[in-house]
Amino acid sequence: MSDMDMDRRNFLKTSVGAAAVAIAPGMMLYSVAQGKSEGASSRVRWGMLIDTNQCKPGCNDCVTACNRENGLPGETKATDSQWIRKIEIKDISSGREISLPMMCQHCENPPCVDVCPTNASMKRADGIVLVDKHRCIGCRYCMMACPYKARSFVHEPQHDQNPDVPRGKGTVESCTLCVHRIDVGGKPACSEACPNQAIIFGDLNDENSEIAQKVRSVASVQVRADLRLNPGVRYQGI
Amino acid sequence: MRLLVSLLLTLCVSLAWASEAASPKLDIGKGGQCVEDTQWMRKNHMHLLKHGRDDALRHGIRDEKHSLKTCIECHASTQDNSVTARADSFCVGCHKYEAVKLDCFECHSGTRKSAWLQQRNAK
Amino acid sequence: MSTPTLESLHFKNRLYWLLLAAGGLVATAGMYAVHLMEHHGHIITGMDNQIVWGLPHVFAIFLIVAASGVLNVASIGSVFGKAIYKARAPLASLLSIAMLMGGLTVLMLDLGRPDRIIVAATNYNLTSVFAWNVLLYSGMVGLVVVYLWTMMERRMNPYNKIAGIGVFVWRFVLTTGTGLIFAFLTARQAYGSALLPPMFIVLSFAWGMAVFHLVQTSIYMWNEKEIDPSILARKKHLLGVFVLGSMYMVATYHLTNAYFSQQQGFERFILLDGGIYPGLFWWGYIVLGNIVPLALLYAPGIQRDRWAALASLLIILGGFALLYVFIIGGQAWPLNLFPGYEVSSTFADGQISAYSPSIYEFLLGLGGLSIAFLITTVSVRVLNFMPQDKPYIAD
Repeated sequence: MSDMDMDRRNFLKTSVGAAAVAIAPGMMLYSVAQGKSEGASSRVRWGMLIDTNQCKPGCNDCVTACNRENGLPGETKATDSQWIRKIEIKDISSGREISLPMMCQHCENPPCVDVCPTNASMKRADGIVLVDKHRCIGCRYCMMACPYKARSFVHEPQHDQNPDVPRGKGTVESCTLCVHRIDVGGKPACSEACPNQAIIFGDLNDENSEIAQKVRSVASVQVRADLRLNPGVRYQGI
Repeated sequence: MRLLVSLLLTLCVSLAWASEAASPKLDIGKGGQCVEDTQWMRKNHMHLLKHGRDDALRHGIRDEKHSLKTCIECHASTQDNSVTARADSFCVGCHKYEAVKLDCFECHSGTRKSAWLQQRNAK
Repeated sequence: MSTPTLESLHFKNRLYWLLLAAGGLVATAGMYAVHLMEHHGHIITGMDNQIVWGLPHVFAIFLIVAASGVLNVASIGSVFGKAIYKARAPLASLLSIAMLMGGLTVLMLDLGRPDRIIVAATNYNLTSVFAWNVLLYSGMVGLVVVYLWTMMERRMNPYNKIAGIGVFVWRFVLTTGTGLIFAFLTARQAYGSALLPPMFIVLSFAWGMAVFHLVQTSIYMWNEKEIDPSILARKKHLLGVFVLGSMYMVATYHLTNAYFSQQQGFERFILLDGGIYPGLFWWGYIVLGNIVPLALLYAPGIQRDRWAALASLLIILGGFALLYVFIIGGQAWPLNLFPGYEVSSTFADGQISAYSPSIYEFLLGLGGLSIAFLITTVSVRVLNFMPQDKPYIAD
């Protein structure tokens, strides 16, 4: 049995709740017979919890890992793509300084998906917000709509992309939560690269997962929670 | 009228004959039958790719057997690991001959993944 | 009216072809700019990941808003039955189609993947105001063509009223749709206000009327005719009312913003210390685009239609200035991710973004204008769009 299948088994074991048993077996049999993965499930809600107390100012490891994983050049001109960036913030009244990574927040009610004329901006059943570049016409309305400025437009022809991460001129792109890793049981590159384990990745719907337990026990906030977008990325220590 | 018909006929016949002779010589990589019958693939590969891309991207159903990556893994040239790099590369050669625009590789990599990883890790 | 001589006709003929060639040249330059943008990507424009919509959108939105507003002239004629406006309805409809075509061409060719425009026609996202607008804009063109038909084909005349009402309703919805593009942007401080659709509607009245007036004056000049002074007076008055109305809407938008302390930083930026934006707003829009035109329209002693045409030109330029401030200034102001914090990053968080348009996006915008110009010029030449006034009776 290949690694991938093992991963899938683990994934199923940990994430599929009791409710799934009633419907899932038929679907899984079908999937296995076709040699396909079973696809994103709405029982899962992928998310991240970022502990800003553990995030060091000046450390850029998550950004570097993202660029490497996704084949981004890693430059920071205004026309370059930045899927994840470090933001340094300072409380104006108290002077307290915090460093944190900012990327697509994978909202439950994403404005980018609402405004996209062609349904290219879309949310997978498991909560990952993606751009379907087969449909993106490059109108950039989603970039206008995103409150987190998480999206970048590809301004130049691209070569030598990561075979797992297609990107091309004239389309909009953003953090995919490393969906190509998640689908084979992995976790996002930024989360893996953080030297202080400040980025916890997991299924928010699975009450036994590390992330769900931690979200229950420590105070965390969503950025621009006032907009009621219910992002899947939460921050601790702001 | 008869002249016109015969002229057209001659043209068609000679074209057909020419096409037989000039059919592209492709660098087919490993070659042979991979996932489906060769003739069937010639006719239907675009439907597989088009259907598969929506399933994979929008629903996370990744059909590894019929994925573009698997195509490339097998059919990329053994010399340069690419399906697009040269005029006789697997995808480019045929699409050029048939004059069908090839849009996949503006976003997708045309390189074998193993080769790409090797190159990246060397950096 | 002077009798045309052979020389003057020859001269006009030559001038017509010259105008056509000039318009064609600008349009070609625009197409070349598009070709380069297609080849190199948007890297050659001044737009980037901070200022995602630039000069092309200023041109496109002006053209589309004015295209809706110009139909006012037609509506007053067909819906409210005023004869002097009815005589001008065909010209207004023509201008509307021409400007819609120009504006849509710019919007479409600025896309990252204009080759996929068919995707926009086959995949509708029902929650996207952009997708609604695809229907609204194309429907508008179709409806106005039908409306023109009911006016220019005698047998269709009975349907003119109903077509006129259709156009009247449709263009309100259309401009609302254009305003909603911005009104639906919850995250940006410059936008996300329900005031924007009505503001765009009133602006469309002023801009459309100004465009109409400018074109009408040119056509009268070309045919060496003088517009009836009483008709001119009425139209000038209406234009003045529209200008005042649009100023009121813009003032309300900024004043309500200035009342909210969370918006005061942004308003201070746009109106006081934001570099080019306050300059364009106060000098470009308020003074040149409103005060001076109002003076030209209402000052006693200057009754000639040339002055009204100059006022119209200034209103149009003022409109461009306002849209530049609104669209580009609105994006230059940083998103407020962490209220109460000072923010910095490699992605321009917390910074005011700079924008310097390149020649390519300028040419693309001008190309759109020239398409509208070409459609108008050729149509006016080959079909009869000259307003035919009966001896004026107040109605």
